Amino acid sequence: MTEILFYSLSIIAIATSLLMIFHKNAMYSVLFLLACFFSIAGLFVMLNAQFLAVVHIIVYAGAIMVLFLYVIMFLNMSTPITIRKSKLVMFAAVLTGLMMAFLLVVSVWQTQAFGQHPEIVDQNIGLAKTLGKVLFNEYLIPFELTSILFISSMVGVVIFNKKEVEDE
Amino acid sequence: MENNILQLITILIPGLPLLGFILHYIFNDKISEKISGMHATLWVFLAFILSCTVFYSIGDKGQIQTHLFSWINTGDLNIPMAFIIDQLSSIMMLLITGVGSLIHIYSIGYMHGDKGFNRFFAYLNLFIFFMLLLVMADNYVLMFVGWEGVGLCSWLLIGFWYQNQEYNKAANKAFIMNRIGDLAMIIAMFLIFNQFGTLIIQDVISEATVPGSLHIHLGGITLLLFIAATGKSAQIPLFTWLPDAMAGPTPVSALIHAATMVTAGIYLIIRNNVLFSMTPDTMTVIMVTGIVTAIFAGSIAVKQNDIKKILAYSTVSQLGLMFFALGLGAYAAAFFHLITHAFFKALLFLGAGSIIHGLHGEQDIRKMGGLHRYMKTTHWVYFIGLLAIMAVPPFSGFFSKDGILIAAYHKSPLLWGLGLASGMLTVFYMMRSYLLVFHGDSRVEKDTMKHIHESPPVMTVPLILLSVLALLGGIINLPHIFHGNTWLQHYLTPILTEGSIHADIALEYILMGISVSAVALVSYFAYRIYIVKGAVPSENNETQGFLSQLLSSRYYVDEIYQAVIVQPFYKISAFFYNILDLKIIDGAVNGLGKLSFFISGHAKETQNGNISYYLFAMALGMGGILFLFLLF
Amino acid sequence: MNELINLKDQLRIIPLEHYVFLCIILFSIGVMGVLLRRNMIIVFLSIELMLNSINLLAVTFSVYHNDASGQAFVFFVMVVAAAEVAVGLAMLVLIFRNIKSVDINALNHLKW
Repeated sequence: MTEILFYSLSIIAIATSLLMIFHKNAMYSVLFLLACFFSIAGLFVMLNAQFLAVVHIIVYAGAIMVLFLYVIMFLNMSTPITIRKSKLVMFAAVLTGLMMAFLLVVSVWQTQAFGQHPEIVDQNIGLAKTLGKVLFNEYLIPFELTSILFISSMVGVVIFNKKEVEDE
Repeated sequence: MENNILQLITILIPGLPLLGFILHYIFNDKISEKISGMHATLWVFLAFILSCTVFYSIGDKGQIQTHLFSWINTGDLNIPMAFIIDQLSSIMMLLITGVGSLIHIYSIGYMHGDKGFNRFFAYLNLFIFFMLLLVMADNYVLMFVGWEGVGLCSWLLIGFWYQNQEYNKAANKAFIMNRIGDLAMIIAMFLIFNQFGTLIIQDVISEATVPGSLHIHLGGITLLLFIAATGKSAQIPLFTWLPDAMAGPTPVSALIHAATMVTAGIYLIIRNNVLFSMTPDTMTVIMVTGIVTAIFAGSIAVKQNDIKKILAYSTVSQLGLMFFALGLGAYAAAFFHLITHAFFKALLFLGAGSIIHGLHGEQDIRKMGGLHRYMKTTHWVYFIGLLAIMAVPPFSGFFSKDGILIAAYHKSPLLWGLGLASGMLTVFYMMRSYLLVFHGDSRVEKDTMKHIHESPPVMTVPLILLSVLALLGGIINLPHIFHGNTWLQHYLTPILTEGSIHADIALEYILMGISVSAVALVSYFAYRIYIVKGAVPSENNETQGFLSQLLSSRYYVDEIYQAVIVQPFYKISAFFYNILDLKIIDGAVNGLGKLSFFISGHAKETQNGNISYYLFAMALGMGGILFLFLLF
Repeated sequence: MNELINLKDQLRIIPLEHYVFLCIILFSIGVMGVLLRRNMIIVFLSIELMLNSINLLAVTFSVYHNDASGQAFVFFVMVVAAAEVAVGLAMLVLIFRNIKSVDINALNHLKW
């Protein structure tokens, strides 16, 4: 049961991501990526990281992907745009990706920890309660700083568009 | 006197001229000629008075040591800023400040109206400071500071009228030739430190005289010190700068290039006489160089027509005579001659300066003549100087030169003969210049004739004082046969190594008789030529015989130096400039520049603004780093 | 669902490497997407995919090493990603307004 679940989720994630990068229509790409994110959230649940799984769905599916869709709609790009690179570039891109994968695999293969199983497993590690304690104790200052990051990005976005309005 | 008061005085003696220089430097153009000249003279004169007090207390105490502060202190090298005043340096100080003050006074008249009047006095003060530093130094390094400083002042003052390019060349020549000697002195200091482990003069000397000690470098040290002395004191082979140094104002020629600075070499050797006495080979070299220079320069002077050039070659010749005496081991005689020479040569130079002043810059003796009618005072003082340099008794030069000749005779009659020959040359060229300038028909140009005048008292008074000194200077070392007590020789005994010479009185009389009659004979000979026959040196040299042409061309020494040293040096420099510097070094530098231009010209192609290109580069770079990480 | 909750057994069944390989594959697909596509939106999406693969890796290691910090970092990565997307998309909109294109090679004036 566990294996089936894991491998099917993995295959879904890989397949949807591949479809995402190869699909002509940006709208479909976004939707495929959304599916991919759901499968990744499923993997989070399998690792007992429920809080993150929920946050993941809320943030990515609920906010980011919606933002993407909104932009696509805004730019009126729902019709397929066929701007493709040359064959050579595509070949080089695929080759580079494969090379990257190969190098990463080889480097993982070389690590000593390969094939080990964890000694102690804490069931509660991914729960909101545990994570909240960690966030508000050890990472309090970075956590607060993220709010500044958000504020600044928000202000940045507003400034971008305000300028445009003034120009027109 | 109290010891610390004396030490304060010791500091003040060089300090006052330095103060004068600094004041001149600060108030350069803000003070009038009068104030500038007055206060510059005042500092030197105060230094002279203080030197006198020091001189009197030296008689009781023997020497005064003043330690100011530790100057250089690193490892084994310990060089204090310290003065030592003993018999030798106290007399030198009197000479420098005494003659210096007279020349300062004289300069007020001589330099009157010159644009650089204040600058001139600033340099003179600075010179006095450095010269005092030289003679008062407790160690070789401090002495070297003074040594370099006087060289600097010499350069500044030779090139004083810097608008004239020829004068600048003369200044550079003097400076560069001096540097050769300076180099020798530096190497000598290295050797001294290597050998004795100290640079304090007294320690070196006491170290050297420890019985049974062997000093392998001593010959090299003394020879190098002698080479240093030849540079400063214008001996063969480094003498050609001194005649050219006459480009400077005449008081400078009198003070620096006759009375004080050029005697620094003599002083250096007397200061280290203990070391020199231990190396007979060096002494022989000094002796030979000295007498050869004396005769060589004397013979050149015979055919010169510039009054200052004659005196310059005369100075070289007299310095040669002093070195001759040093080489013989007669240090006291050499020092005696140094003192009397300072008096009468300063007198002669200042007299010549007075003539030049009266004739508005005319220096050619062919355009003088009969001047005794117009410049009576100058004539008389010049005459006294003449008699002194010609060694006519009882003028000072007679006693000092006689001391040298007697010392030479004790070594070998041949050397005595050579010394006498150089003396005879001196008599001839001095008589020649005197007769051509003051007697015979006037050959002065008409325009100049109208303005011809005697110099003002500010110039003649120092001349008269100097002529008194030239007349009576011999008293300080009157030989026994004239019922003197050779005071100078006794006074210097503590620092000299020579044994006193006990000559046969009859022999001494005979030698004196011979030299006096030689002087008389040569004078008559010169009189016959220049007064009775009325000969005037011809305008161009080409009609003359080979010998006289050789002499009037100064043995072509300058030309030989030019051909043998200067031209090859220019060639080498040209080679280094054209090939090494322009091609190789500049080529390398420019090549690197061109290479980086080339590389960056192509490297900028990678910055093509294409984002996907950058992304590829980034991904490949990451892959490359990962790959390297895997490999190593 | 019992098996899912018993994390220790589950981790024994599915080894760590498989998670890691999955992450590598997803990451490489992201790289490929970035290099392959000229549409800026797809490039953005690929970057999101890469970020997610890293998130997954961090969570996996966090569980395997029994350390909650990994999951805290995932949280921060999400925050940064959200901010980045907001700003990036705003820029994208601006670019599109100016050059009427989302072609990544259209803006190539920033060079020597």
